[in-house]
Amino acid sequence: MAIEVRIPTILRPYTGGERAVDGAGATVAELIDQLEVDHAGIKERLVENDEVRRFVNIYVNDEDIRFTGGLATPLADGNTVVILPAVAGGALS
Amino acid sequence: MLTIDQATHDAIIAHARRDHPDEACGVVAGAIGSDLPTRFIPMLNAAMSPTFYEFDSGDLLKLYREMDDNDEEPVIVYHSHTATEAYPSRTDINLAGEPGAHYVLVSTRDGAHESGPVDFRSYRIVDGEVTEEEVSVVESYEDGTPYVPTEQKAEH
Repeated sequence: MAIEVRIPTILRPYTGGERAVDGAGATVAELIDQLEVDHAGIKERLVENDEVRRFVNIYVNDEDIRFTGGLATPLADGNTVVILPAVAGGALS
Repeated sequence: MLTIDQATHDAIIAHARRDHPDEACGVVAGAIGSDLPTRFIPMLNAAMSPTFYEFDSGDLLKLYREMDDNDEEPVIVYHSHTATEAYPSRTDINLAGEPGAHYVLVSTRDGAHESGPVDFRSYRIVDGEVTEEEVSVVESYEDGTPYVPTEQKAEH
């Protein structure tokens, strides 16, 4: 079962520079565990305390998973997963 | 060094002034590898805050899809500071997620939102390291790339 996962520039060091990789899993959590097997170190950049990091956005078929069940969001063959770092900042330290 | 055309430079300042006292934010996209910021894309600050900015997550996905379709990348990521200097804060450094981009900061403090010069500075932010760079404002790029303003997003 193949799921296309699109990797942002800042995480491409983990994927050997690849912009997209194949993933597998019945949920986003399983997909990330599989990504960690294939691309060690990437999970820590995506997940903190069993939740998606505050400034990381993950989309399944264009839906932000924050609105579809978070890491428990189900996946199916042929889905596309997009990972994007938030574009955020500001004077507040 | 950041090379930017006068019209895009001025458009960033105009956006910062318009959204003052909230922080303004956006991207200037350009062809991958060109290092030329050609497509000005003002974004909505979903945080609507004087001390924080964040692109809406839906807008963010749409933006990156458009850039992908156009073989573009974010050459500039810009935002304003409205009460402090145009220098990356700890938050800016921690959240900088585009190691290839020029991070432009403008400051509209001390009345600069109304008149007078606006501080316009550019940085590279890679692995928590900030490096300021020279800004070269040119009338137009040598290849004659025209300045095409994009449709403004709805502002609150």
